[in-house]
Amino acid sequence: MASNGKLTGKQRLGWTVLTVVVLLYALFPVAAILATSFKTQADLGNAAFLPSNWTWANYEMILVGDAQELFLTAFRNSIGITLIATFIAVVLATLCAYAIARLNFPGKRIILGTALAVSIFPVISVVTPLFNLWRNIGLYDTWLGLIIPYLSLTLPISIWTLAAFFRQIPWDLEQAAQVDGATQWQAFRRAIVPLAMPGVFTTAIIAFFIAWNDFVYGISLTSTEAARPVPAALAFFTGASQFEEPTGAISAAAIIVTIPVVVLVLLFQRQIVSGLTQGAVKG
Amino acid sequence: MTTAPETSRRQKREAAEASNNKSSARRNGNGTKRTNRAKSEARLGWLIAGPAFFIMLAVTAYPIAQAIYDSLFSFRLTSPDDRSFVFLQNYMTILSDTEVFWSALGVTVLVTVVTVAVELVLGFGLALVMHKALLRIRGALRTAILVPYGIITVVSAFAWYYMFDINSGFVNNWFGWVPGIDSDLDWFANFGTAITVIMASEIWKTTPFIALLLLAGLAQVPDELVEAAKVDGASWRQQMTRVILPNMKAAIMVAVLFRALDAFRIFDNVFIMTNGAAGTEVLSLLAYRTSIGRLEIGLGSAVSVILFICVLLICLIAIKFFKVDLASGTDAKGGK
Repeated sequence: MASNGKLTGKQRLGWTVLTVVVLLYALFPVAAILATSFKTQADLGNAAFLPSNWTWANYEMILVGDAQELFLTAFRNSIGITLIATFIAVVLATLCAYAIARLNFPGKRIILGTALAVSIFPVISVVTPLFNLWRNIGLYDTWLGLIIPYLSLTLPISIWTLAAFFRQIPWDLEQAAQVDGATQWQAFRRAIVPLAMPGVFTTAIIAFFIAWNDFVYGISLTSTEAARPVPAALAFFTGASQFEEPTGAISAAAIIVTIPVVVLVLLFQRQIVSGLTQGAVKG
Repeated sequence: MTTAPETSRRQKREAAEASNNKSSARRNGNGTKRTNRAKSEARLGWLIAGPAFFIMLAVTAYPIAQAIYDSLFSFRLTSPDDRSFVFLQNYMTILSDTEVFWSALGVTVLVTVVTVAVELVLGFGLALVMHKALLRIRGALRTAILVPYGIITVVSAFAWYYMFDINSGFVNNWFGWVPGIDSDLDWFANFGTAITVIMASEIWKTTPFIALLLLAGLAQVPDELVEAAKVDGASWRQQMTRVILPNMKAAIMVAVLFRALDAFRIFDNVFIMTNGAAGTEVLSLLAYRTSIGRLEIGLGSAVSVILFICVLLICLIAIKFFKVDLASGTDAKGGK
């Protein structure tokens, strides 16, 4: 158990084995594609896990070489579209969740129910009509044309997560501060905002993951480099010649888009876990 | 899922709200003042909650209505002038096509059932390990399993694809001693092997989510109950089946339903690894290839609508027969 600190030798061994198994499970596929990204063209067929000659050539190809145009524009699109969609979703969801947690008004249940329904909605069912509509009104293959559908992916979970967070905030602190002479705005800013910020921040990370992961909208609603995000661009990578598989370039690109995920996970593991479990399980 | 701390928090919250002058005014109920208060609160509520609500509606309700409408027409983008109303003809065409539609539906159901079952077992194991782990390694474990959760599905698909690929993979080399695996095995040429790798990638990527939900469920099982069972001499197995599992039934149900709905929409992994070859086409991919690929909007919309109806059915069955209370907590005050 977590509480008694001393372990017997046998238990220690057991835990070491378990930890190694879990770490292997979680990181092995990432390690495999990382190793592949350092393989030379000749090594790609060597049927081994590690490259025999380590090379940066694949990274050079997508960052400064031939595939630069393809990858860097897609990377810029991904970052721009994802960050804007995340920002808008978190702002709107914060307002919405505040109203749900703090105010009494008819229709509260409808809003939460709608969020739930939207979150289980099959993306592919709405993509055809959007494809058609976007082409008619000029949103096809634009940033805005992806930001809007990304909101439908990020808003529901943001609203649920934030509503769960906000319900736990001791709102009477606000009154206490007002009694102590603060204005309503001061009370809100000094007493409530510091308590709410961690929840808002955690929600932003989760929303970012979801938008960053999108593939269906990315391949369906874009056709050129104008707005195509990385996951969609990866599916369109081609090799240096028609006889070469783009394996190395794709692996390198895959590693680069995984770096933001790993950094966020390393820095905010605790917050992400609490955010995910609060939104989904807490009543 | 009302546990003791939850209830006390709720009571505190209600107490706080009672002391709040807004609600006490409402409770005292003095005529016009009360309705005005309620009205202005309702207006404020909709004013700040409204934008999010209407965007969600606009991006889903409108397109699905449009899809239902489009599905009643014979309509190809390549010849937009030949659009004609055919009523349910598209649905008849799809439903009578055993080769394409029923096969895709079968594969989708297979993937959903197998991945959810495996993920439930694996996820429960992971949750138990994290629940019992010493604080010092708990952080490391959670960090590690969040990597698959956060990674892009397309990246996961490529990682698994390259591991097994006949040209660039090492799996055939490493596992050559297993009967049936040798350097000539092309995993993506046969249905059985291809769908196995697709499901492996799907399972790897999404098990952490289930594990975290189950971990939260485990944390809600009262420690006293487990201790009492131990004192009464219950074996590990009895503790599991009699105390722990029954107490986290709600968490398990929610996790299974969410994952089942998610797995039913599987698209990215199949698109990257086989693009539907070797009989691995799933419903989402069929809808995509019909409408976006071949620009047959009418037919594609009909597939989309059928997929949507399937998801609704899964929800209805879960709520009706398994009594999954997804809506628990839709009331802000938490009262049920």
